[in-house]
Amino acid sequence: MSIPARTPVIGERNAVISGIGQSAVGRKLGRTGISLTVEAALAAIADAGLTRDDIDGVASYPGAMDASPGMAPTGVPELKDALRLKVNWFSGGGEVPAQLGAVFNAVAAVSCGLANHVLVFRTVNESTAQTAGRRASVVGSGGSRIGGAMQYLVPFHAVSAANWVGMYAQRYMHEYGLQREHLGQIALNARRHAALNPRAIFRDPLTMDDYMNARMVSWPLGLYDCDIPCDGSVALIVSRADAAPDLKQVVRIESIGSALHGRDSWDQREDLTTMASHDAAKMMWSRTDLKPTDVDSAHLYDGFSYLCMQWLEALGFFPKGEAAGFLEGGESRIGLGGELPLNTNGGQLSAGRLHGYGYLHEACVQLRGEGGDRQVQGAEVSVVGAGGGPLGGCILLTKDR
Amino acid sequence: MTFQPLPMVTDDNAPFWEGGEVGELRINRCRECRTWFHPPAPVCPECVSMNVGPEVASGRAKVAAYTINVQAWSPELEVPYVLAYVELDDQPDVRLTTRLIDCAPEDVRVGMPVEVTFQAADDIWLPLFRPVKENS
Repeated sequence: MSIPARTPVIGERNAVISGIGQSAVGRKLGRTGISLTVEAALAAIADAGLTRDDIDGVASYPGAMDASPGMAPTGVPELKDALRLKVNWFSGGGEVPAQLGAVFNAVAAVSCGLANHVLVFRTVNESTAQTAGRRASVVGSGGSRIGGAMQYLVPFHAVSAANWVGMYAQRYMHEYGLQREHLGQIALNARRHAALNPRAIFRDPLTMDDYMNARMVSWPLGLYDCDIPCDGSVALIVSRADAAPDLKQVVRIESIGSALHGRDSWDQREDLTTMASHDAAKMMWSRTDLKPTDVDSAHLYDGFSYLCMQWLEALGFFPKGEAAGFLEGGESRIGLGGELPLNTNGGQLSAGRLHGYGYLHEACVQLRGEGGDRQVQGAEVSVVGAGGGPLGGCILLTKDR
Repeated sequence: MTFQPLPMVTDDNAPFWEGGEVGELRINRCRECRTWFHPPAPVCPECVSMNVGPEVASGRAKVAAYTINVQAWSPELEVPYVLAYVELDDQPDVRLTTRLIDCAPEDVRVGMPVEVTFQAADDIWLPLFRPVKENS
């Protein structure tokens, strides 16, 4: 079968982010998922200059799930019903290109006219759920038999993402001479920025000695390579570009990367020194004339420091294998005044695991010039990447011009 | 009580999880083009033949990546222990996630030759790996 060649459709440019909202974010807030979600949703709707009657679509990741306490307490139906939203389109689920998959779905729905204003949200209350005595993030602790891809990891006691990521990090170190100190730069950078963000969770200074002397979790990943479970919700409104009420504050969507060309599992990926992030980044750059050198701020998944490094490499901020040389530069590379300001809100390492959506919120804050003490001067292009291992998705955002 | 999460055994994965009873590492293989593949699936990923089924692999592999787990995720877990992705000698792009035993954490290396050894757990046999002895 041959399909006639035609100009590529970059349909994501028909959609914009017209509003953003965030609930209280913290540790042990004792709040339910729906309470946090409603708070974030109402903030985003108001920020967009809309009312709930305007919302005709809802999308979320990964849908309500009971598997890991507090990881996905709130699904699309619960929010739709709480706010009595009358929607023409909705979607919730986890089989998407990582956390940002819900955003990509919303953009697709808006771009093809199924909805005008889609409320997208992500809610966690892991901190409260863990305090209640149920431990999150340890697969297999529930006692039931394990199916799917996890059955090939967990029975061997590879129970945590720290194990799966740790093996990737070890192999990269072996191949390219990366040291723990280099990953430490990502943790220190996050903490420096968290100090400038009143809503970050850990704001006390972190030194390289603190980082190196902290207890080991799964070699080469130590305590400060791992992000912090928290409670919180982020919401945003994805609108049809010509329907956004306030064009002064809209954030444009330049291009999306949703590709996964490697095997869809942790252990079978052909090249263990790359991840899904590499496939997604390649696709994102193929859909724009902008280049890595045009990026003013980067907001990249640091659920583990190593994943953040993988995103930096995948997006082409340095050549493959040269992470050590890049990260050695520390603040002059990735600090606020550096070449590529990274995770300006403190990332998940210091601001809390909002599971991909904290980065998205912060990228919009930067492009709208609302970053206060942590504002990147003249920010016009920002990239957000979320996920690790076989999960990855990224989006390039621009200030309205 | 020990911490031992177990797989849900199905028709597809039973050969893999139960082969250890007779000391066999059973991996799916195409009967047409002879490609090994894992996890089990009803079709060959190379030639898309559906004439596939489990065969006995050599049980020899090389360490592709490893991590030394220090965190006690459950009070019943003895730490530290070494986890690895290993590549089968039969076909290196077929990997298994496994735990390495009989090996000090500081001695593990990428490329280290290892061999399968099975540990019974309830109704399945876990394919663990250990270093190949010098003269074997």
